[in-house]
Amino acid sequence: MKDIIFEVISNKKIAKNTYECVLAGDISDITASGQFVNIKLDGYYLRRPISVCDAEDGKLTLIYKVVGKGTAKMAEMTGGEKLLVLSGLGNGYDLAKSGDKPLLIGGGAGVPPMYMLCKKLIAEGKKPSVILGFGSADEVFYREKFEALGAKTYVTTVDGSEGVKGFVTDAMDVEYSYFYTCGPEPMLKAVYDKSTTSGQFSFEERMGCGFGACMGCSCKTKYGNKRICKDGPVLVKEEIIW
Amino acid sequence: MVNTKISLCGIEIDNPIIPASGTFGYGKEFNEFYDINILGSFSFKGTTKDPRFGNATPRIAETEGGMLNSVGLQNPGVEKVISEELPALKKFFHKPVMANVSGFAIEDYAYTCEKLDGEEQVGWIEVNISCPNVHGGGMSFGTDAKNAAEVTKAVKKVTTKPIIIKLTPNVTDIAEIAKAVEDAGADGVSLINTLSGMRINMAKRKPLLANVTGGLSGPCTFPVALRCVWQVYNAVKIPIVGMGGVTTAEDVIEMMMAGATAVQVGAANLVDPYACKKIIEELPAAMEKYRIGSLEEIIGGAH
Repeated sequence: MKDIIFEVISNKKIAKNTYECVLAGDISDITASGQFVNIKLDGYYLRRPISVCDAEDGKLTLIYKVVGKGTAKMAEMTGGEKLLVLSGLGNGYDLAKSGDKPLLIGGGAGVPPMYMLCKKLIAEGKKPSVILGFGSADEVFYREKFEALGAKTYVTTVDGSEGVKGFVTDAMDVEYSYFYTCGPEPMLKAVYDKSTTSGQFSFEERMGCGFGACMGCSCKTKYGNKRICKDGPVLVKEEIIW
Repeated sequence: MVNTKISLCGIEIDNPIIPASGTFGYGKEFNEFYDINILGSFSFKGTTKDPRFGNATPRIAETEGGMLNSVGLQNPGVEKVISEELPALKKFFHKPVMANVSGFAIEDYAYTCEKLDGEEQVGWIEVNISCPNVHGGGMSFGTDAKNAAEVTKAVKKVTTKPIIIKLTPNVTDIAEIAKAVEDAGADGVSLINTLSGMRINMAKRKPLLANVTGGLSGPCTFPVALRCVWQVYNAVKIPIVGMGGVTTAEDVIEMMMAGATAVQVGAANLVDPYACKKIIEELPAAMEKYRIGSLEEIIGGAH
């Protein structure tokens, strides 16, 4: 964990209400996919926690959805801005248990962390399949990026305007050795119920600090109380209490 | 050379900067960012007799110039604090720590304080009679002068270390409560705890916090805190630990001029983990700017 100044290289809209921001700076604190950073924005008291989509060659890629005033302000960035970023937060995904054919399931703003995870798994010689869930075709992003990595990629949309009509769980009838998922909590619960193997879930919660001090984002697990920001955001299937 | 040393209830500390309870855990998260031995001390997470999970989430909401929290005193309970947190702390923090205690009945306060009083590293016990986020306890002791005095007496009876009573600003007259705890034997007071507040999620037409209300902290509370310290300084002779929105070295000086002997820093730690380190580093230059040779000489200096 370090507080680092990053420079915005680009910040572009890639789907409805969805932006991809590439930053340059010291990424050495990001040691696992599924980690997040906490960004200081001028005029806002609390930082904005955003999951890491990719971190390579001194570049940090973040994908965020405009959901409030803070992210709306981020969407106005054009490049050249300097941002104070608390980097390398959270535990991230554990790749050791993936098996040969892991399944990666991302929903909406939960898609970005799947990208770095997918890249790492492929680098390890695994053969991941990916399910990306969205509301409709205008919200879809990164499909071609996952395909370019060489992952078998399925897209689902609730309205059926692209890919499989329905939810991510409607595309889960594939063979897999283990799974990793990130997305809205109802989706995580549906994945939990449908899944036939063990897996890892990344959770979201409103945070105060992002590094385990304030107890703002606590949750109960079968392994005791955990802080989503510090002991998570990734929890294993066996410990989750819904 | 400026002198930042102050004496708080007979214990000399290197500087008056003390991270506030609830924003600093039991120290270890911040020790990953910097060596926390540069602090005057720190007040550890509010500890109760029994373990507590606290309130439902969301527990955090943003406001203009600050934040609301409704954590609700999540802590592992005093036994675990003594068996796990304090032995761990001893390895990386070599100064007296301020033990923050909360409770739901007078006997709870006495029990927890007596246990922590026996711990070598505990320098002071800060008794929180002002948490706005738990029902049936906390603030209900701090909003009534008689109840506040009773908690103070009960705690003083079973302890040997300095007792600092933490006061709520959510009262008509904070000076009256301060005077009552002083008369009951308190060695110091700390103020202010958070201000009761709320936000609404307009899209959902529901309160943002699961607990409906929460405690407001951050820079927006600084003038209220300063006013309370000022009023309490006029009412009592025991030392005051001032807090509420302190973010810079200049805020520390202003708080001390209002009457604070030491100053706690709360919400600032959450948005900048290096906040206290920066304040301590900036303090000498700020002192020189206002021609202050020794911090002790400015306590209450604006009166």
